[in-house]
Amino acid sequence: MSYGKRKVVTKEILKKMATPILKIDNIVKHFDISGGFLESIKFRNGRFKLEKTTVKAVNNVDLSINKGETLSVVGESGCGKSTLARLVLGIHTPNSGKISYRGTRIDNLSHRQMLPFRKKMQMIFQDPYASLNPRKTVQRTLEEPLRFHNPSMATEQINEKISQVMEQVGVDPAWTKRFPHEFSGGQRQRISIARGLILDPELIVADEPVSALDVSIQAQILNLLMETGKQRNLTYLFITHDLSVVRHISTRVAVMYLGTLCEVATAETLFTQPRHPYTRALLSAIPRVGETRAKHIKLKGEVPTPVHLPTGCVFHERCVYADKRCIAEVPLLNTLESGAHVACHAVEENRAMD
Amino acid sequence: MAHLLEIHDLDVQFALRNGSITALKDINLTLEKGEKLGLVGESGAGKSVTGFAIINLISKPGYISKGRITFDGEEISALSDEKMRRIRGDKITMIFQDPMMTLNPVFKIGTQMIETLQAHRKISKSDARKIALDKLRKVQIPSPEQRLQQYPHELSGGMRQRIIIAIALLTDPSLIIADEPTTALDVTIQAEIMDLLQELCESDNMSLILITHDLAVVSQVTEKIVVMYAGKIIESGLTHEVIANPQHPYTTGLIKSIPGIIKPGEKLEQIPGMMPTLTKIPPGCAFNPRCNLREDICVKVTPELEEKAAGRLVACHMVKGK
Repeated sequence: MSYGKRKVVTKEILKKMATPILKIDNIVKHFDISGGFLESIKFRNGRFKLEKTTVKAVNNVDLSINKGETLSVVGESGCGKSTLARLVLGIHTPNSGKISYRGTRIDNLSHRQMLPFRKKMQMIFQDPYASLNPRKTVQRTLEEPLRFHNPSMATEQINEKISQVMEQVGVDPAWTKRFPHEFSGGQRQRISIARGLILDPELIVADEPVSALDVSIQAQILNLLMETGKQRNLTYLFITHDLSVVRHISTRVAVMYLGTLCEVATAETLFTQPRHPYTRALLSAIPRVGETRAKHIKLKGEVPTPVHLPTGCVFHERCVYADKRCIAEVPLLNTLESGAHVACHAVEENRAMD
Repeated sequence: MAHLLEIHDLDVQFALRNGSITALKDINLTLEKGEKLGLVGESGAGKSVTGFAIINLISKPGYISKGRITFDGEEISALSDEKMRRIRGDKITMIFQDPMMTLNPVFKIGTQMIETLQAHRKISKSDARKIALDKLRKVQIPSPEQRLQQYPHELSGGMRQRIIIAIALLTDPSLIIADEPTTALDVTIQAEIMDLLQELCESDNMSLILITHDLAVVSQVTEKIVVMYAGKIIESGLTHEVIANPQHPYTTGLIKSIPGIIKPGEKLEQIPGMMPTLTKIPPGCAFNPRCNLREDICVKVTPELEEKAAGRLVACHMVKGK
């Protein structure tokens, strides 16, 4: 092998290492909610017209997740964060844009072609009361994915795997014969996590995994997620609205507003120097234990509906720094000196000063 | 001076097919005029039942089995339903968690507000409408005239919660009980609603009982705090003192388990296990199976709520008094 060829090979390996585990490219998801034919007939300017009503849930989002990191997507209800999670797993198909897993495009695959990727990506849901089938024992819940994806696996192997995972999530493996209703909320969430881990995935998408739990149980589950993440070198895509949880567990944070990314930065940078006006308002609203009420930034008005998106920057109607450019032109994510990516004209032009 | 609200040795029981369970045991509370009190605990601790007990709205099979509640010098726990109805919704009003569920979806906001006023005051429709408009302005709702003509589904969650607060204010109550008022709302809206409640209490000298599981919210809004566990008060005192220097191991664990206090990425302090169900409360201290300070006495003797420092009540054998 000549020297030159070896160099090319090394380069390829390096390139592969630098490829993010998941790459979301300019993704768009709109939902048609116009209903049937009769419902979409509208009376406008003296004549009847057929009109479609679409919810613009996710608009031109670019995001990449590196191996081993925890990326949190935060935002208020209706900002499209859960839709984004579902797009990643192929539960929804995007209207346009690309999703790649380790460099392979996955958003346009058939169900059969998608199978090997499903093993690599698993999801944990918010409500452990709704996400476990009440008529299946823990054993059946956990063995089903194993049997489906590894038809040749022997029963002893399956049982061994189940008890190993149960032990890891802190549920007594002797309880596999029980039904979900026999467990408390925290234990059920542990079982949901076990189901997520049983196929040894690389990426876990967790949609508000601790929101339905009490504070003391929430800490237990967060610790469990962080520990298993370290042990198995997992990558997390964490969807949540709880910003104190985000600060605690994330490597990087992406802030969403009305289906658009406003700011992407490392957790440290985002919480110490938030730049986008929306991020600042959001962070100032977090109640902190033991602090007397600091003045938080008040936003004008309310979140507009994603059916009629504002022109230009989606945040302009509520932003104190908004000017003509913000109304007319959609801001793109710009990289700042701190490494943060911010989509804001005011920040770019240095108008958004403290 | 008499207290605005005094709860004395209150027990609430629920009669079930196989015996009765005690949802609240030996609750003692006082609240002054204009004071803001936080009632904290995990689900099932009995904080909502306490709220309902005050306005005598515990539904069957639950009942107050012992103790009395005095409001403004009058013993309200012994009042007839008829008399209680005059106080509830008038002098004491309640705000509930879910703004989607509290408003009637088939009536306009205006109808619901005027109806509430007319139930408590002899008042004409147009006067009631004026008061309703006044209260809507007070909770900073834009274009209030228009809102009166709207149905609940036309409004956002934050706006609905403001309307519910406006309804709670209609009769100029002296006490508002807010049961998880912001749990269903986003952080930015939560901050606005909490600001609003705090300002209203201060401007109108109203008292507030804030029932929540969110210690951060309580620590920013209230002056006094009561921590509940398995149907009992386990610690109470001034909010900033309890938060800065919790005594009961449960309160300590609860505060330490909140992310944001320790460095990001580090292991959170966790309380092992979970709260016992009310049918299986362990003997002795109810917290003993989860407690890291447990000794023999904790399993045998139930600790009394005692004053361990000035103004600080703690129910724990391991906390040494003054």
